[in-house]
Amino acid sequence: MHDAAITEAGAHPDDAHVTYTGLDNVKMAMWAFLGSECLFFGALISAHLLYRNRTGDGPTRHDVYDIPYTSVSSFVLLMSSLTMVLALAAIQRGDQRRLRIWLMATALLGASFIGGQFFEFTEFVHSGLTIQTSPFGSSFFVLTGFHGAHVTIGILMLLSMYTLSRLGKLPSTDASKVEMVGLYWHFVDIVWIVIFTVVYLFP
Amino acid sequence: MATVTTPTPWFLRRPKAKKGIWSWVTTVDHKRIGILYGYTAFIFFILGGLEALLIRAQLATPEAQVVSADLYNQLFTTHGVTMIFLVVMPLGAAFFNYFIPLMIGARDVAFPRLNALSYWLFLFGGLFLYSSWLLGGAPDGGWFGYAPLTTGAEFLPGDHRLDFYALGIQILGVASIVASVNFIVTILNMRAPGMKLLKMPVFIWMSLVVNFLLLFAMPVIAVALFFMTFDRTFEALFFDPTGGGDPILWQHLFWLFGHPEVYILILPAMGIVSEILPTFSRKPLFGYSFVVFSGAAIGFMGWGVWAHHMFTVGLGPAANAAFAVSTMFIAVPTGVKIFNWMATMAGGSLQFKTPMLFAVGFIAMFIIGGLSGVTHSIVPHDAQQQDTYYIVAHFHYVLFGGAIIGLFGGLYYWFPKIYGRLMDERLGKIHFWMMLIGFNMTFGPFHILGLKGMPRRYYTYQAGLGWEMWNMLSTIGAFLIAASTLVFMHNWMKSKRKGEIAGPDPWDGRTLEWSIPSPPPEYNFAEIPTVTERDDFWHRKYKEDKKGRPVPVPTGGADAEDEQHAEVAHDEGHGIHMPSPSYYPLVAALGMPVMAYAVVLQSWTLGVIGGIIALAGFYGWVLEPATAEDH
Amino acid sequence: MNRLGIRAQTKVKYILRLVALGSALVLSACISEDAPMNYLYPEGPQAIQADRLWDVTFGIAAVVFFLVEGALIYILFKYREGKANAAPKQLHGHTKLELLWTAIPAVILTGIAFMTVPVIFEQAREPKGAVQIEVVGHQWWWEYKYDNGVVTANELHIPTGRPILLDLRSADVIHSFWIPKLAGKQDVVPGRINHLTISATEPGEYLGQCAEYCGLSHANMRAKAYAHDPADFDRWVQEQLAAAPADDASVAAGRDLFLTGTFAGGQQCVSCHTVKGTAAAGIIGPNLTHLASRDRFAGEMFELNDENLRRWLADPPARKPGSKMPDLNLTDQQINDLTAYLLSLE
Repeated sequence: MHDAAITEAGAHPDDAHVTYTGLDNVKMAMWAFLGSECLFFGALISAHLLYRNRTGDGPTRHDVYDIPYTSVSSFVLLMSSLTMVLALAAIQRGDQRRLRIWLMATALLGASFIGGQFFEFTEFVHSGLTIQTSPFGSSFFVLTGFHGAHVTIGILMLLSMYTLSRLGKLPSTDASKVEMVGLYWHFVDIVWIVIFTVVYLFP
Repeated sequence: MATVTTPTPWFLRRPKAKKGIWSWVTTVDHKRIGILYGYTAFIFFILGGLEALLIRAQLATPEAQVVSADLYNQLFTTHGVTMIFLVVMPLGAAFFNYFIPLMIGARDVAFPRLNALSYWLFLFGGLFLYSSWLLGGAPDGGWFGYAPLTTGAEFLPGDHRLDFYALGIQILGVASIVASVNFIVTILNMRAPGMKLLKMPVFIWMSLVVNFLLLFAMPVIAVALFFMTFDRTFEALFFDPTGGGDPILWQHLFWLFGHPEVYILILPAMGIVSEILPTFSRKPLFGYSFVVFSGAAIGFMGWGVWAHHMFTVGLGPAANAAFAVSTMFIAVPTGVKIFNWMATMAGGSLQFKTPMLFAVGFIAMFIIGGLSGVTHSIVPHDAQQQDTYYIVAHFHYVLFGGAIIGLFGGLYYWFPKIYGRLMDERLGKIHFWMMLIGFNMTFGPFHILGLKGMPRRYYTYQAGLGWEMWNMLSTIGAFLIAASTLVFMHNWMKSKRKGEIAGPDPWDGRTLEWSIPSPPPEYNFAEIPTVTERDDFWHRKYKEDKKGRPVPVPTGGADAEDEQHAEVAHDEGHGIHMPSPSYYPLVAALGMPVMAYAVVLQSWTLGVIGGIIALAGFYGWVLEPATAEDH
Repeated sequence: MNRLGIRAQTKVKYILRLVALGSALVLSACISEDAPMNYLYPEGPQAIQADRLWDVTFGIAAVVFFLVEGALIYILFKYREGKANAAPKQLHGHTKLELLWTAIPAVILTGIAFMTVPVIFEQAREPKGAVQIEVVGHQWWWEYKYDNGVVTANELHIPTGRPILLDLRSADVIHSFWIPKLAGKQDVVPGRINHLTISATEPGEYLGQCAEYCGLSHANMRAKAYAHDPADFDRWVQEQLAAAPADDASVAAGRDLFLTGTFAGGQQCVSCHTVKGTAAAGIIGPNLTHLASRDRFAGEMFELNDENLRRWLADPPARKPGSKMPDLNLTDQQINDLTAYLLSLE
């Protein structure tokens, strides 16, 4: 849906440039959608907070969390926000080569985060925590899993942008498309910062 | 986006059909999508109504055997799910689609293809849900789906019934979120120049509130339904008390969505009534800003009353007291609306055309539903009322007497705009009175049954508890409602073909949609209007004299000029670029039910296929050119 | 215009008649004769307290109903289209009026809130000197466990004049325990223990039902409270405490079958049912030690007698949809023997 929204302005040449509020339609739609996502993650995080101590006979969070490891992968994801900003700056300057470099860098950083998450999940399963172990396990995997799915969709969007640029179909006039992907990407990063703080660090 | 150098591959060329089935399948015209929404929702209204008739047939007499316990439980569940998610919500969406652009002076919605996507998601979600009847039984856990009844495999018959519930509503939820984003942007961004927020028609205001409620409420139910699906399919423990989960979490999530949902259902009708009353009173809406702000207040307060559905759960006296008080006070903005509607009519010149009858019926019935609502807030007595027919009476007065009657009013009101012909007044009035009487006969006795202790969701009951007569009366009323609906359908079909030609402005309307031809041309407005007043179109037709009475603006004024525009548009309307039709909303939407069946059948292959269909849809969407080639 | 006037007049009469009919319906509900589940005729102190709140609130609501609907009808009649008012004054609003009709409901509701909130807290308070009984909701019957060891099903026996504190638990899904004449309902939630105080001032029988949808036979999950004078209650307790007679030769065949028989699918009576004083100690189904002392069985669906018990044993799920007790494919002789035994358990 995200990438869908992005090109909508292109499909609607008559009205895209003049809006009542002066805000771009697509940008407003993206903000509205992210507002909706806040409630989605809000509900997931609240459920996890309710269940974080309901570990039954399974491992507790102190048994499984490896804070230094997750800190590193959080840092990786955080850095990807920086490269995303650089990608946007590049297309606004008209620098297609740097645009592609930074898009790819962002996607790779995102992919490393997902790889890290995959490894983390595997470790947790080895130490006996699965979605079926306890409400803690259920809510942990579903929350972080949905976040991971969001990152994955973001990576797909980044790679699509990259390919468009390669094909010469992402001119600087389409910088707003990269901006929208960026908005989404930053949002997903911020959600992770909240998750990392509340789920991992919060004692 | 299409460059001159590379020709567009066949699968990305935009469809061009202007007539016939393909033009409907690929349409991105908000009016056509509105019509699709309306007809689909009406078909589901008939299905939900038939379910209701079977329920009433079973309950007409004690210990009847019309349907089995198992079938009954499926019937009352699908009746609720249908009426809420497949009738009232999409009927509201039908009005949003058709009339938001017309009333704000726009040529289309902000995202025409997203609009098509939400329709197809709605249709597929509904078909997915109903396919359960053929695949082992329909959902039977109640529309509220309380865990652990719905999450533990051993508690209900059938293997996948609740999967259809969880995934079906999930698809419908995505449809709603997509639509809400679209309408919010449309309302905020696409208004005609000069239409400040406080000059928007009240229907637009209520639409804006509803779509914000959808935007924020649907993700909450999405999470709850995901938890349910994970519990059912992957043996997670969210709601399983034997594994440490808490079934009450489901209730909190469900009602945190469920109460805003109530306002999602009623506010569109309130908006419609707020348009009908001034038109047929020949007087502006009384206290416009109070009606608007009370609507917004209801939207906000609607988030703080959810636990009044849970007074008997055992949340403790402090929570119960807090939610009792918040529930009582949400009655205040509701009352403000009712008083303003009455004050709109007071001092007016009331024309009792069919839409007006429905609007008045709405007010009269909504008052009853509102008052019984207040009696639920006295917690100690709610512990008696809860889960009895007294509650069923209340929400049918609000959702049928309110929402459905209001939406019917809207259909009669705007039919001439949609089809260019008037509906038959005589049949309309017969429909109204039959439906009003049938409605009160069906749901009035529910109050009494409830107070006499008849619980909800009982497939049978004993004789001798004082329930027999009222149940029989209610069943007769239900069939009267069904008969009235047949009258409506007859009127609709007949008037569409043979109705009196309506002209652009049959009711002497107030808002912009009446300033353009009926039916509206594809581009709506030949020239985007500039708005100076609230009820701008009325003010082009009338000035106020010193005593504040309306005086027609002399001919040759704005009115005639406007008609002229319409004429011009007829001749040379093709200079206006409208978005091209597209296959891809349909393709993208098709991915979701396929993935949902994958979960039901636990088939990874099918899941991957569904994902590929959805991705293909979205990529086609992104890559297809903005317009058809021969342009 | 005149014709229109007449038409409007008949319409108003129509509406008036409708409103009269509607209010007559409501009134008749209030004054109609009492019925076993009618909670507008409460009998226990808790229910009476709730009913007082209702009386006031309903009274207010009724007055508001007649005022507002009356005003609506008056407006419809008075301002119907006519020559005189063809061009009505374009009134846009009136701030003082708005404040008035915001304030008046707010004041009324504040009054209702002040009346309600203390009762909410009072009813949640744990009573002193209460008889404590554990209530367990099952799909689809009620189990009662008394402090003194008495275990019974569906029929709740309580002494009059003392508060009864029910500890509500569920064995499977959410149920809701409700004896309308005695008190409002309280949900029975698995994984939690909820509390409900009930009491009866007069001896008698009070009907109840499960009020939260709990599956196939939700409609067949009834309950009944029997309130006794304290002396009668003690007598009842003594009778229940006794073990079942284990030496009645006339029902020996049935007893043996019950204790040792194995039926279709390897099912045994004793794997689900308890009869105190015998080897039967199953806890899935109702305790049958004093089955014959009960008036009804199977979630209070059927009167307990020879004929009904036979029909039940022949095929329980056919009698009660979803019944956890399966069809045991009993022969007529087996049914005869078992029925005789079960009816001897007084």
